Amino acid sequence: MNARSGTLVVSLGLLVLVLLAWQFLPPALDVPKFIIPTVTDCLAELKRMWMQEGLVGHTLSTALYTVLGFAIGSLLGAVIGYLLGMSEFWEKVLSPYILALQIAPKVAFAPLFIMWFGYNAMPKLLVTVLIVFFPVLVNVLQAMRTVDRDLVNLARAYNLSRWGIFLKVEMPSTVPNLMAGLRIASTLAVIGVTVGELVGGNTGLGFLISYGGGQANAAMVFNAIVLLTVIGYLLYTVLVMIEERVLHYLPKAQH
Amino acid sequence: MALEFRSVTKEFTTGSGQNLVAVNDISFRVNGGEFVSVVGPSGCGKSTILSMTAGLYQPTQGEVLVSEDRVGGPNGHVGFMLQKDLLLPWRNIVSNVEFGLEARGVAKSERRDRAMAELKRCHLAGFENHYPYQLSGGMRQRAALARTLAIEPEIVLLDEPFSALDAQTKLLLQNSFAGTISETGKTTLLITHDLAEAVLMSDRILVLSERPGTVVAEIKVDLPHRDQPLRRRVMPEVSDYAAQLFKHLKLEEKAV
Repeated sequence: MNARSGTLVVSLGLLVLVLLAWQFLPPALDVPKFIIPTVTDCLAELKRMWMQEGLVGHTLSTALYTVLGFAIGSLLGAVIGYLLGMSEFWEKVLSPYILALQIAPKVAFAPLFIMWFGYNAMPKLLVTVLIVFFPVLVNVLQAMRTVDRDLVNLARAYNLSRWGIFLKVEMPSTVPNLMAGLRIASTLAVIGVTVGELVGGNTGLGFLISYGGGQANAAMVFNAIVLLTVIGYLLYTVLVMIEERVLHYLPKAQH
Repeated sequence: MALEFRSVTKEFTTGSGQNLVAVNDISFRVNGGEFVSVVGPSGCGKSTILSMTAGLYQPTQGEVLVSEDRVGGPNGHVGFMLQKDLLLPWRNIVSNVEFGLEARGVAKSERRDRAMAELKRCHLAGFENHYPYQLSGGMRQRAALARTLAIEPEIVLLDEPFSALDAQTKLLLQNSFAGTISETGKTTLLITHDLAEAVLMSDRILVLSERPGTVVAEIKVDLPHRDQPLRRRVMPEVSDYAAQLFKHLKLEEKAV
């Protein structure tokens, strides 16, 4: 058995252990079902949600807005990061505000967005865009600042235009940082959508969490959390796969 | 194909607002096909000379001429190479060699042909599809030389290209560079702090003083086999030349 399958076996073993403990420990300790439902309770509730609550629709809606918010937010973050990276002046002018916005808790904007746009998909999309935007922006900006000056000088000596230098030297240099920013952003995107759905609206897994919470249906909340995690995990995994293809030129030890 | 510095002075304004004279009133000439080395203590403005020749910045006073034309900005007559290979890690070797040709409107197929020819000349045939991280330090420097020669510069500037290599790779690479450069007949300016390297590879050596750098001595290396430093290396005269350089750099006084 090699090291890789070894870690996989131990990893799965741990999962089984936790599931067993979850299934048998709460009843043994007389914890009521509405506090901690067992695994089988959750599965039964999952089936009921599938049949009666339109689970598939809610899940797909959340997944769609996660991906959409992630795409729009990271695109904006990258574009503005590159623009600021090319202009030292504007970067210096705007950096205190960027820092302030970065520190401000983005999820707290959700009620405002609902006041402005109503109970539709817009607020949760905006929260997601906002929360995804900064890690991408900051990573791109940081990478633009640290592009090897000698490499830029080499490109200048080869008569490359400003645009050519950006396309052929600066942009590719920043891709490892961009990918790192996207990975962080992908995990945040799920949070953005969830908060948006928790605060307002009647669709999505976040809505099911607040709905289930209102009914003291802990199993429903558990299921929604697991599904949200799955959505985030899938997005992250896809990004890691893309990253491995794009960054094939880095020696493996640097990953 | 000559390179000429006419009374060149370069001042920089430092971050604290002070004026710093990097090189002061430097004049020298490198004739077509000649290989000249510049040696000097650290911080004597060796790299400033290189950047002004490449046209990355202008002298404060005086002028730099390449083939009797004043250097007014980055231009195609000069190819330069640093201690760092500056290969783009996301491109394979052949596209790295093509990099310098891309801004010059050379057609794609011609770029590829020229790059392949340079790779062959630099003994890298068969490695065109490798990525930089898959090559050793010496091979990467050879790839950088191929990229430098691919733009067919009239003057090649080498800024300590061997200083990051281990001793044996260095000797082999000096030999391979010397052979390639003499084959192409390029005018070459080598900036180095390795005195033996200067003697082994050059026709002539310029010794710079400490900052502000000025030319304090000019030594003609009267030895055969400029294209084969490994053969020069065993000649007894080499140590005499190195001793002369040693004296001009006043290294004994500093060795306290």
